[in-house]
Amino acid sequence: MAESILRTENLTYKYSTGTVFEKAAIQDINLEIEKGQFLGIIGHTGSGKSTLIQHFNGLLKPSSGKVYVDGEDMWANPKAIRKFRFKVGLVFQYPEYQLFEETVYKDVAFGPGNMGLSEGEVRERVHHALKLVGLPESIQEKSPFELSGGQKRRVAIAGVLAMEPEVLILDEPTAGLDPHGRDMILDLIRDYHAQRKNTVLLVSHSMEDIAKYAPKVLVMSKAGIFAYDDVKNIFDRASELERLGLSVPQVTKICRKLSELGYPVPPDIYTVEQARDCLLDLLGKGAAR
Amino acid sequence: MIKDITIGQFFPGESPIHRMDPRMKLILTVAYIVMLFIANNAASLLVGVIFLLIVYPVSGISGKMVLRSVKPILPIIAITAVLNMFFIDGEVLFQLWKIRITDKGVITAVMMCARIVCLIAGTSLMTYTTSPIALTDAIERLFSPLKKIKLPVHEVAMMMTIALRFIPTLIEETDKIMSAQKARGADIESGNLVQRIRALVPILIPLFVSAFRRAEELALAMECRCYHGGEGRTRMRQLHLGKLDVVAACVTAVCLAAAILANVHIQVFVLR
Repeated sequence: MAESILRTENLTYKYSTGTVFEKAAIQDINLEIEKGQFLGIIGHTGSGKSTLIQHFNGLLKPSSGKVYVDGEDMWANPKAIRKFRFKVGLVFQYPEYQLFEETVYKDVAFGPGNMGLSEGEVRERVHHALKLVGLPESIQEKSPFELSGGQKRRVAIAGVLAMEPEVLILDEPTAGLDPHGRDMILDLIRDYHAQRKNTVLLVSHSMEDIAKYAPKVLVMSKAGIFAYDDVKNIFDRASELERLGLSVPQVTKICRKLSELGYPVPPDIYTVEQARDCLLDLLGKGAAR
Repeated sequence: MIKDITIGQFFPGESPIHRMDPRMKLILTVAYIVMLFIANNAASLLVGVIFLLIVYPVSGISGKMVLRSVKPILPIIAITAVLNMFFIDGEVLFQLWKIRITDKGVITAVMMCARIVCLIAGTSLMTYTTSPIALTDAIERLFSPLKKIKLPVHEVAMMMTIALRFIPTLIEETDKIMSAQKARGADIESGNLVQRIRALVPILIPLFVSAFRRAEELALAMECRCYHGGEGRTRMRQLHLGKLDVVAACVTAVCLAAAILANVHIQVFVLR
């Protein structure tokens, strides 16, 4: 197994400690995430996904337990916590609401600027990040507030990418986007991962998206880990997932139905592309016969 | 952290104070403030303190809440105390180089502090026991005579209601934006004053943008439901003056009278 970049030890976070409203948002999480992985995180609203990811860059301090980044205890020295924020980049839900500068360039440069890089280095990173998210050079001097929703979202993601974090975490980066915008964002994340070989954690509600992009999945439920495994093994537990209020991708359901009806369709199909190939194959064979 | 801020937080309850008509509470609070400001000696100020000592137990609001409401203005109290202590002439009690403390200074400082604490505790009691909606209702009613001189009383009250409604929303929003900027390495907790003020820009600008967006959406939603101002609107909650209100008014009137009498007749530790 590859070296782990993120590791938690009995990580617990409680809200409203010391009052009658005390409630554990996450409880006793023991998790190890390998370097260079593309991990999907899925779970019901309130299952603790957002709380968990905010521990990875030190925005939340654990009530008990430890978080290790690259083998280093994150809270060993609370004053040095900013260092980890640059190592682990977190893109929040609806990140376009955090834009504030006069120009796109300045906004994307905010993160790298905070890192104390030289001006030249910052410029290079901004150019690179904007290219990664597929925005033209001409956009740099525009105000971020006059862009379209999808463009704003990409600028905001570029703002985190420009810090070149070792781990990139995205909390539902496609929420509220149309299908075209959604594919664009997810494709750019996949390309980024393929290019840099960085660790990427993608939080999503959509099993379709997770199945298409992430080889490994973490399923959260009731403040704990329900499953942490390869996509195939996760979707094999379809009935359990459904009991959690989650589901397997629709195309997987269709293929399983077909297989139940006696067609030779494999049960591990998660994307439309796989299904297409498989069905064409099947039809081709039928024609030949 | 930021969620702990309490500005006029309301604690639901069933005490007589809670059940009073909000209009009466508002009027009596104003009367109490007047009482504190006309009090010019220790005896009349003591009446103000006694008033609180009666009213707080009746309301069922714990003394801890008084401390919590006074805490944010501790610096103001401290400055008041220091200024009064050092800059009022009188018999010198203690002298160190050019700094001297006089007897009158000490008395004034103590009394000024008592007055401020009473002021905060008294007005907080009203917001602790009155829901913001009831409060704006009361304000609208009390000021409705001003409609005659073309003052948009209803509109102002509606604006206040909406502003109150959005305080928690905006606090939540601020929290989110702060997290997002911290994730981009913004340093909010350290640095000198100028650096700290500058660090607020990345938080305030998105906050304003989203506040304007919300306002626009809300205005649209209200218009879609045919809101067109106060003309001809009836109210869901009718306000009634009851026995309780009469009793409260009497108690306050007695205290006010006592304070005035004390001002005139008992001249101990006179201010100014």
